[in-house]
Amino acid sequence: MLSNQETKELKQFAAEIRIHTIRQMAARGFGHMGGAMSICDLLSVLYGKQMNYDARNPEWEGRDWLICSKGHAGPAVYAALALKGFFPMEWLKTLNQPGTRLPSHCDHLKTPGIDVTTGSLGQGLSVAAGIALAKKIDGKENTVYCIIGDGESQEGQNWEAAMFAAQQRLDNLILFVDNNRQQLDNRTDAICSMESLKEKFESFRWETREVCGHDVEAVNEAIRQAKHDGGRPHAIVLNTIKGKGCTFAENQLKNHHINVTKDQAAEALKALKNG
Amino acid sequence: MTEERMCSQKTDRFAGKTYEVSARKMAEVYADTMIRLMNDNSDVVELEADLGACIMGGKMDEIGRYPGQLINCGIQEANMVGVACGLAAAGKIPFAHSFAPFISRRANDQIFISGCYSGANVRLVGSDPGIMAAYNGGTHMPFEDIAALRAFPGLTILEPTDEVMLEKLLCMLAGEKGMYYIRCARKAVVPIYEKEQDFTIGKGMVVKDGRDVTVIASGIMVAEALMAAERLEEEGISARVVDMFTIKPFDEELTLRCAEETGAIVTAENHSIYNGLGSAVCETLCENVPVPVERIGVHDSFGEVGDMEYLKKRFHLTAEDIVVKAKAAAARKKG
Repeated sequence: MLSNQETKELKQFAAEIRIHTIRQMAARGFGHMGGAMSICDLLSVLYGKQMNYDARNPEWEGRDWLICSKGHAGPAVYAALALKGFFPMEWLKTLNQPGTRLPSHCDHLKTPGIDVTTGSLGQGLSVAAGIALAKKIDGKENTVYCIIGDGESQEGQNWEAAMFAAQQRLDNLILFVDNNRQQLDNRTDAICSMESLKEKFESFRWETREVCGHDVEAVNEAIRQAKHDGGRPHAIVLNTIKGKGCTFAENQLKNHHINVTKDQAAEALKALKNG
Repeated sequence: MTEERMCSQKTDRFAGKTYEVSARKMAEVYADTMIRLMNDNSDVVELEADLGACIMGGKMDEIGRYPGQLINCGIQEANMVGVACGLAAAGKIPFAHSFAPFISRRANDQIFISGCYSGANVRLVGSDPGIMAAYNGGTHMPFEDIAALRAFPGLTILEPTDEVMLEKLLCMLAGEKGMYYIRCARKAVVPIYEKEQDFTIGKGMVVKDGRDVTVIASGIMVAEALMAAERLEEEGISARVVDMFTIKPFDEELTLRCAEETGAIVTAENHSIYNGLGSAVCETLCENVPVPVERIGVHDSFGEVGDMEYLKKRFHLTAEDIVVKAKAAAARKKG
């Protein structure tokens, strides 16, 4: 359980991640706003509480790994990394600028703290499973975290990886499904419904949980419990709102990749600062 | 030793050669070498997508003695490649095998994104290239695997010619970083090299010298080219034979030298004429030393079932075909 102070700090950290994510996109004038906003509370819990890492030594062998398979949420991860000191805050002004180290999609070779390159949806969970297996083979304690979107779960490779992880008993692997129920073109249900992702992962022999993805206490508790349960990989379905916390994007159907004006950004930042 | 002397020695070595396939299958060489590598280094892992018995044969049980080093993913090539990339990111030395069409086509984007673009270190092994798929037929007969992968930045593409080369390359790659595609026969092939021979990635091998035309070949076509060269010799045409096992990086320097010295080139590959060895040779030559080129390879066709001899004839991959093309190329030379 989180103390009241911890909860307050994690909520504050989540708000800061949102603020700096919107600023990055506003500086460039566009970005993948919806899916970045929906994982900010999760990133707050991971980088604020649950993950072991060393911001000055991102390749530290003892670290926990995060694979953001929905690579277009990169800017939210960059905000969390910069706020935790992986690289200077000034870098956030360079999102998608020529020669940047912060491209639209997560790139391990460019950005300190990005553990795995992603951007072609459906591939991150397999890589996460490989890392988790290597740690198992070597008897290491690292936890491997992976984030996919509910739309992304339409990619068949996820289910290959789901079978594989269960077969290999990768209980050091914790998968979050950012279940914001929207994808680029429309609502997920209107395009290719995933029905209950919790039940799907259960049927693939995973340990599953489902919580509100914007409740830092619930997310933290789900991770804490998952770390206690051995023998199976863990899926935590996070029910989220695409664009959450960004006034002009929240719950809009077409918020996957949007233009961001200076005025819109100012309005959204004001709302976030007022909490 | 002068270049001339070296070449004449090679000519002598191949004179009177019988061109029979080895008693040892390439699959056995692969299995034995992988077992040795796993034994020597516990970080070496071999991944399969349920075709382990096809290349490991009876050695699967022996490999079971190395727990955590043989990872059978099930029939899921895309996940296997992703898992291999993850294992590599966490310090393992993965070799991932499937039949060549499945690894090159089904896992194509995984090789690009999780592999090459991510700077991963994975050795992909695609077995039964081209007509070597034989009775598995058109579904399993990749004439396009090199083509499907050749434009991937940083991917090294190698086609081991015989058992000596396969063993040497596998051992070499266990110690190298980067992404590799190894186009690997399973059947027995004609021995080309002595045990002591060493190989350098990016450097083709002159296996027979000649003055009038150069046959640049890969894989099973190297033996066909040597046979063709003997027949050409009888007709007074001196043919050089190059084994271009290193499809990428490609040996431009050697290719240009052969063009300058012999004035005509034939390419011979068990692959489509599109975006394989023949393409690499033509790209290199037309930008630098344009000389007549004739290409042996599969002309925009699908595979079909048959034994090797039938398929060689069906797709015009025989020594006789090389003879015809070599004469044509030599005849097109100016002056």
